[in-house]
Amino acid sequence: MTITVPLREIASARTGDKGNISCVSVWAYDPKHYEDIKASLTPERIASAWPDLFRGHVERFELPALHGLNFVIHDALEGGVNASLNLDFHGKSFSFLLLELPVEVHAL
Amino acid sequence: MSEQVVRIGVGAGFAGDRIDPARDLAERGALDYLVFECLAERTLAYGHLQRSQDPSRGYNPLLEKRLAAVLQACVRNGTTIITNMGAANPRAAGRVAIDLARRMGLCIRVAIVEGDEVTTHISDATVLPEIGKTVGESGLRLVGANAYLGAEAILPALDTEPHLVITGRVADPSLFLAPLAHRYGWTLDDWATLGAGTAVGHLLECSSQVSGGYFADPPYKHVPNLAYVGFPLAEVRSDGRAMVSKLDGTGGCVTPLTVKEQLLYEVHDPRAYLTPDVTADFSNVSIQEAGQDRIVVSGATGRERPEQLKTIVGFEGGFLAEAEFSYAGPGAVQRAQLASEIVQERMRHVHQCGERIRLDLIGVNSLHATALQRQADTRDVRLRAAMRTVDHDMAQALLAEVESLWVSGPAGGGGYRGSVNASVTTHAVFVDRESIELRMEVLQS
Repeated sequence: MTITVPLREIASARTGDKGNISCVSVWAYDPKHYEDIKASLTPERIASAWPDLFRGHVERFELPALHGLNFVIHDALEGGVNASLNLDFHGKSFSFLLLELPVEVHAL
Repeated sequence: MSEQVVRIGVGAGFAGDRIDPARDLAERGALDYLVFECLAERTLAYGHLQRSQDPSRGYNPLLEKRLAAVLQACVRNGTTIITNMGAANPRAAGRVAIDLARRMGLCIRVAIVEGDEVTTHISDATVLPEIGKTVGESGLRLVGANAYLGAEAILPALDTEPHLVITGRVADPSLFLAPLAHRYGWTLDDWATLGAGTAVGHLLECSSQVSGGYFADPPYKHVPNLAYVGFPLAEVRSDGRAMVSKLDGTGGCVTPLTVKEQLLYEVHDPRAYLTPDVTADFSNVSIQEAGQDRIVVSGATGRERPEQLKTIVGFEGGFLAEAEFSYAGPGAVQRAQLASEIVQERMRHVHQCGERIRLDLIGVNSLHATALQRQADTRDVRLRAAMRTVDHDMAQALLAEVESLWVSGPAGGGGYRGSVNASVTTHAVFVDRESIELRMEVLQS
């Protein structure tokens, strides 16, 4: 039995940038949701959710002891701060794109 | 903790950071070291541009204000200041600091660290790996180049017992690692301990981002008194284990989650965070609460440092033109949409502009515009046009087209703002350590 909730209900996220790469870390508020988040937020899902924005491949690093996932998203910043015409050329707001994603969890 | 600790605080985490939290830390933080980290990837290239216009500039423009706020307290309390505010001109920054100290009636020693600038090492034949071209082939005009130096560049300066150390490009965590290595005698091949010290530096380097800044998300994440968020400090033991905290009475919070979020900020592989000093490994970091706003961090380690030094090469980047115009009330989105089509049409066909023009509807679709195609029912929309070009006249033409929406655009538009700014562009290259010549000089007021 699972229910679907927006990621923001059960996790926090923070974005950083280097060149044309965006990194978004996602942290389960409650350790019991870590495995569900990990199962739901695959690198493939992040890459395919917004193909016009995230144009490169996505790597995922796991920190099970801290209940966190780190997504490294290549070619995500329209060329980076040098080239981007986005108001938010660092992509600081990307954490809240991820936090909107629906995630299946076994219990709240 | 009765054991010896080094108390190290952060006075700035970026070039434009607030000044009052640093004053607070200088006055009542009982700090051994206060670090101001003020360089981002492109900040130095702008410093080079300023220095080329005026040889006495090129350092951080807030240097004097920041020092004036903390110098007296730091001298009184025996706190050594370490900063990369020298940017493209550490020597000029040193003279500014000495002049300021004289005016304040303080007698101080300022150590200047140089050797990061490698502009003369860059030639037309230098390959820019990100674009697979040489500098010559790229047609870009060089502004300046700086290698990221590590803690070893700062250690000789600390040996002179200065009140202030001013550097150019030093990697952010290295500004914090250096005083720890100096105080505890860590050797520069003790990778595990350097990794632990690098974790401390990494957690502190963005100032309030570990103490409640860049964090609040009501109703999920509350931060008390965020308007007065305190900047963090760490009490670091000789093995690199550290307690991160902030001053009592300041706003913000230091919690397991603020520390976790910052631990991976701008990190790719947590097992391999590359700095000039070490390949740091944060994968086994442990985070424990030790009281209100007190978090003990341990378990970071490291392996051998990268062979080469990352170097940022700055080039002239043409102009960024941006202009905005607002519509409100019923039909605001449709009128803003019509206005954006008019700007696009006239730039293409009246001005023969071949540059890419980005048109956002702020309030509908801007930051995530390329991610989401969503229609919002909003009654307050701001059209934003943005373009990069090397042609200043073309940049001005974009502003003129948006401004002309006053009279020739859809009904009821207002609030024009526009700007054209010279920009820089940067590329990363890697240089051999042997090609770097570290220099240090002490100035006395």
